[in-house]
Amino acid sequence: MTKRTKPTSHNVVPMKARFAIPRQDMPEQNPTKRAGNFLEVNLGLTADQAVIEAQRCIECGNPTCMEGCPVSIKIPDFIQLICNRDFAKAAAKIKEDNSLPAVCGRVCPQETQCEEVCVVGKRFEPVAIGRLERFVADYERLHPEEMSTESVVAESTGKNVAIVGSGPAGLATAADLIKAGHAVTVFEALHEFGGVLVYGIPEFRLPKEILRKEVAALESLGVKFIKNFIVGRTQTVHELLNEEGFDAMFLGLGAGLPRFMNIPGENLNGVYSANEFLTRSNLMRGYEFPDYDTPLYRAEHAITVGGGNTAMDAVRTSKRLGANHATIVYRRSEEEMPARNEEIHHAKDEGVHVMTLINPIEFIGDENGFVKSARCLKMALGEPDDSGRRRPIPIEGSEFEIPADMVVIAVGNGSNPLISQTTPEISTNKWGNVVTDEIGRTSMKGVFAGGDIVTGGATVILAMGAGRAAAEGINEYLKTGEWV
Amino acid sequence: MYKIIKAEFIATGVKSFKIEAPLIAKKREAGQFIMLRVHDRGERIPITIADSNPEEGWIQIIVQSIGKTSMHLNTLETGDALHDLVGPLGRPTHVDNWGTLVCISGGVGTAEALPIASAGRKAGNKVYSIIGARNKDLLIAEKEMSLVTDGVFVSTDDGSYGRKGLVTDVLNDMMKDGLVPNMVVAIGPLPMMAAVSNQTKLLDIPCMVSLNAIMVDGTGMCGACRATVDGKTVFVCVDGPEFDGHKVDFKELGTRQRMYKKQEAESTKCYLERMADEAAKGGN
Ligand SMILES: Cc1cc2nc3c(=O)[nH]c(=O)nc-3n(C[C@H](O)[C@H](O)[C@H](O)COP(=O)(O)OP(=O)(O)OC[C@H]3O[C@@H](n4cnc5c(N)ncnc54)[C@H](O)[C@@H]3O)c2cc1C
Ligand SMILES: Cc1cc2nc3c(=O)[nH]c(=O)nc-3n(C[C@H](O)[C@H](O)[C@H](O)COP(=O)(O)OP(=O)(O)OC[C@H]3O[C@@H](n4cnc5c(N)ncnc54)[C@H](O)[C@@H]3O)c2cc1C
Ligand code: SF4
Ligand code: FES
Repeated sequence: MTKRTKPTSHNVVPMKARFAIPRQDMPEQNPTKRAGNFLEVNLGLTADQAVIEAQRCIECGNPTCMEGCPVSIKIPDFIQLICNRDFAKAAAKIKEDNSLPAVCGRVCPQETQCEEVCVVGKRFEPVAIGRLERFVADYERLHPEEMSTESVVAESTGKNVAIVGSGPAGLATAADLIKAGHAVTVFEALHEFGGVLVYGIPEFRLPKEILRKEVAALESLGVKFIKNFIVGRTQTVHELLNEEGFDAMFLGLGAGLPRFMNIPGENLNGVYSANEFLTRSNLMRGYEFPDYDTPLYRAEHAITVGGGNTAMDAVRTSKRLGANHATIVYRRSEEEMPARNEEIHHAKDEGVHVMTLINPIEFIGDENGFVKSARCLKMALGEPDDSGRRRPIPIEGSEFEIPADMVVIAVGNGSNPLISQTTPEISTNKWGNVVTDEIGRTSMKGVFAGGDIVTGGATVILAMGAGRAAAEGINEYLKTGEWV
Repeated sequence: MYKIIKAEFIATGVKSFKIEAPLIAKKREAGQFIMLRVHDRGERIPITIADSNPEEGWIQIIVQSIGKTSMHLNTLETGDALHDLVGPLGRPTHVDNWGTLVCISGGVGTAEALPIASAGRKAGNKVYSIIGARNKDLLIAEKEMSLVTDGVFVSTDDGSYGRKGLVTDVLNDMMKDGLVPNMVVAIGPLPMMAAVSNQTKLLDIPCMVSLNAIMVDGTGMCGACRATVDGKTVFVCVDGPEFDGHKVDFKELGTRQRMYKKQEAESTKCYLERMADEAAKGGN
């Protein structure tokens, strides 16, 4: 986080009149049309809309929105720049704290972060901070000529840092470290960079082009990107540190191990983990089969088990692949769904059915071993559990069957054990997450970690925040060599 | 880039590639594989590392044309390059001094069995190889196998070479001659591995098989490659590819391998039509 002084106001609307301005709706693709394509659903505010929306901000002396933001973006400041139509400067202002605004403006759960605590939101609808962030980030991408060309990279320190994983945690760390003057190399196991942002989140929510531009921008600052390199297999942590001359390392490995439900029939043909289904569709572009080589099912009755963002992405993908019945099956009620509200609404608009308070107990196959239905139990909500949400309790004798020629299991991910297996010095907890202190240091000297590999499946912005904190830790370590 | 140093057909539809991959060449052990993509719209497919040379920095793979990707791959020549290559993946073969090791292989499985036979011999075993092929033209790596084993036996379905019959018949003959293996490794088409597993189970001889599940990432991230072994779900790419053959649910794996039969046929058809089109245009 960089220091902040109160910005100059550029809002020409008198204070009281601001409350009367309606929250600006973001144009989106027509639901019927978009349910048949993979183009982006949200189309973004226009420049005039962005200015009007920005004028709704009342420039709080104590801007609670910033406290709601996990990386403390200077929200009121960039909003004032938008009021002044200084969009390029607004983008630069966000970038002081968040290196991937075009991504965060699209996928952050603003309704439980900055917008939830926006002061205007106490009596009216909150300022649409996410939409504004997205607007300026897109403006920046489309108007590179307006951006400052001042070099942001400090003089070389002669130090070498390896970053493992190119998800949001790794990219955020790389951005900060290259600016601090270190040589930075990013190692990625897959053949594209971006982690969940390329293999998990679909094109219709986050166009891959955005990510490619972000990676290219980092490359132009000097970050070296190496794909098809699995740390722990191609070379180990030890080899990179001891033989390849890296002075420090950051592990941003993500939570990449799909969980299954361990119920009968889960290995039938047509039953996917969300990771597999989304990887086939997004990373491998299976939805363009046979132009792309990776095959993917097109089902009639596609059910997705789960209630998070991953489940919404999967069910909306199955709808786009042509399912007449694309259904969410969730064991609690809609209120407990962890997915962003916007995604749930978008899914419903597109014709997705949502069945709550039911849980599959078995998948049933046809004579060829392909799934044809799911046997489910109805659930009731009991007392709150550890997560604070009401625990679902099966209702005895409530079994029923629903047709399903494809099933996607989206019930969460665990941690990939590869690094902890090959580098036992790096301590993990009972869930397999890497253990770190508050600045991201693991139990192995010189090795930092952050993002989903530390927290378990969380959010893009938290992963980026962890990456930035670790970058600060790495800077300090490279300066002092101290590890206490 | 992943440059092909040498490409040559070694049997009908079976091509051997030496590929520049210095890091993998240094690291890989018997039983491990790589994932590759041929072009930027290609799928990721797993192929076993048949051989490597850490000094010269290459790995060797042997590929049989069976569908779109393997056919496309087998059109590549010396000097071409692969689009993507990552590895080494999977757990290395656990090699011990068992006494007598018999490696049974069919099809390109022989290429996959080679490094294991060779490692088995280094560990002090007497090693024999049984190779099965549909006919003489499809037989590969017999000579290479004979260099690293104490004897090679061949069977063909049609009797065009070696003994007419199946690899299990050869194993029976061997046992009758008093040659009793302490360990069997079977690598090849699923029905063959299932048959050898059955046979060895009855004979109470341990049998290791290398499962060829359909894979996507090959790093444990997706679960496409799951199989049931000893009643439990495993991910073949990270928990295997080798497992105790007596405990594998071959029926389920066979079903899972046929998951995309329809799409595979479509993909191959599109590819062959496009090739035919291009050939026709080229002819003009
Ligand atoms: C389908 C889906 C939808 C989501 N939607 C949202 C959303 O709308 N909003 C939101 O805020 N969050 C969302 N999330 C969560 C968010 O994407 C993650 O919290 C975030 O991506 C974590 O970032 P990361 O950098 O820690 O890990 P990842 O993004 O998982 O990246 C890790 C990278 O490391 C690589 N890697 C792993 N091991 C190795 C190794 N040994 N060597 C080399 N490379 C390695 C992996 O291949 C991967 O590319 C979603 C998640 C999913 C799966
Ligand atoms: C661990 C492992 C090692 C292997 N080693 C070799 C080898 O050394 N040489 C060799 O020629 N082949 C090997 N294979 C098999 C090889 O991966 C398949 O032949 C190849 O993927 C077929 O692709 P295709 O597009 O040509 O054929 P397709 O027409 O797409 O498929 C033909 C059959 O190949 C299998 N297959 C298809 N896609 C995949 C995939 N993504 N992953 C795994 N199997 C698939 C299926 O059973 C399918 O029915 C290995 C497989 C595994 C799992
Ligand atoms: S809390 Fe809302 S109104 Fe106040 S400064 Fe932040 S965005 Fe503006
Ligand atoms: S291929 Fe994806 S987990 Fe094995």
